[in-house]
Amino acid sequence: MLVKLSINGEKHEADVEPRLLLVHMIREVLRLTGTHIGCDTTHCGACTILMDGRPVKSCTMFAVQAQGKQLMTVEGLEQGGKLHPLQEGFMAEHGLQCGYCTPGMLMTSYAFLKKHPSPTEDDIRWAISGNLCRCTGYVNIVKSVQYAAAKISQGGS
Amino acid sequence: MIPAAFEYHAPSTVGEATALLAKLGEDAKILSGGQSLIPLMKLRLANPLHLVDINGIAGLAYIREADGVLRIGGLTRESELEESELVRTRYPLLHDTSRVIADPVVRNLATVGGNLAHGDPANDHPATMLALGAEVVAVGAKGERRLPIASFFTGPFATSLKPDEILVEIRVPMPPARSGGAYLKLERKVGDFATAAVAAQLTLGANGVCDQVGIGLTNVGLTPIKAARAEAALKGKTPDEATIKRAAELAAEASEPAADLRGSVEYKKDLVRVLTARALRKALERARAGR
Repeated sequence: MLVKLSINGEKHEADVEPRLLLVHMIREVLRLTGTHIGCDTTHCGACTILMDGRPVKSCTMFAVQAQGKQLMTVEGLEQGGKLHPLQEGFMAEHGLQCGYCTPGMLMTSYAFLKKHPSPTEDDIRWAISGNLCRCTGYVNIVKSVQYAAAKISQGGS
Repeated sequence: MIPAAFEYHAPSTVGEATALLAKLGEDAKILSGGQSLIPLMKLRLANPLHLVDINGIAGLAYIREADGVLRIGGLTRESELEESELVRTRYPLLHDTSRVIADPVVRNLATVGGNLAHGDPANDHPATMLALGAEVVAVGAKGERRLPIASFFTGPFATSLKPDEILVEIRVPMPPARSGGAYLKLERKVGDFATAAVAAQLTLGANGVCDQVGIGLTNVGLTPIKAARAEAALKGKTPDEATIKRAAELAAEASEPAADLRGSVEYKKDLVRVLTARALRKALERARAGR
């Protein structure tokens, strides 16, 4: 079945089996490997991408369901060679250890900060509660999101 | 994990969808939010030959009050329920529930209709809707049926929906003044099913007695449980501590949990007792505050 969709503003199409999971289309057909597959059971959120602006777990959707949708993956955060404040924050605050959960953390946080530009720590912890970090580095992940919130509110991006 | 192959259908109207379902019969499953179905397909516990994706049908996602009823479209996402100002201010039981279903990312796809139609006793909306005395609207190839929630759950993962029917709407009676509700869930971590959870909804009469009361239990039996004897212990009574304590004991008696990694039978029954008392107190507090 022919699926046409947009990822990070770029149009893509591919002829896929209906049972192909969206994350497999993104990684293996379109070769955008920034999005990770973690648990493959809808728990961990490493595969989180944005669909029409909302974070979703791309391992728990079929590619055919993304027909005509606007997707955004971690590759879409950097603009014109400049890192997004969230990416900067994860570097500055050491928001990753192994880095496996990071693409999902970034995408969930990106959508969250759009809606909640001045979050409390509790708000942030609530927002990322569907994304698991098995290094359990949550303290620094929260600090990274706070860094980005501060930077964005100062007109950073 | 790769699901078994299936044929994909994406109807754009309810009529097309029900015609397809009528034609395909038991070989087809409805794909709504997919957050329960797709994991089951990946594990090959579900192997439908046809998927009828209803996400492209317009007009099935809404939350509005009309004619004394809160109407929730079957395709309404859990996150939409969670973010609804109407639900937050007028239906605290529903708002509580929407915040503890799965996790925030899953809630962006998961639907209210799917949470009920899946018939999983571990899902959260069934208990809530039992406590609220909701009814669901099902549309099939032969027309529309209105199904009271109390008889909707017929067994584990089984409901009174027919294979060609789509759950298009949930109707919750608008609560009178001095009503309140609460949903309390104990979960090992965000996203886990409840070890146990309790939904309570009550309305106080002018003289301070319980005019209406609903109590639903999550994941402590083969189906969601309406704790009818616990409700009867409160109805028409002043909800003092002794009455709440008695109702909580009756709710624990109504539960039929199985021992698993989340706890023993004794533990879960006692948890139902504790959560019922707490949910009733919170519902009462909210009813007195006019919520």
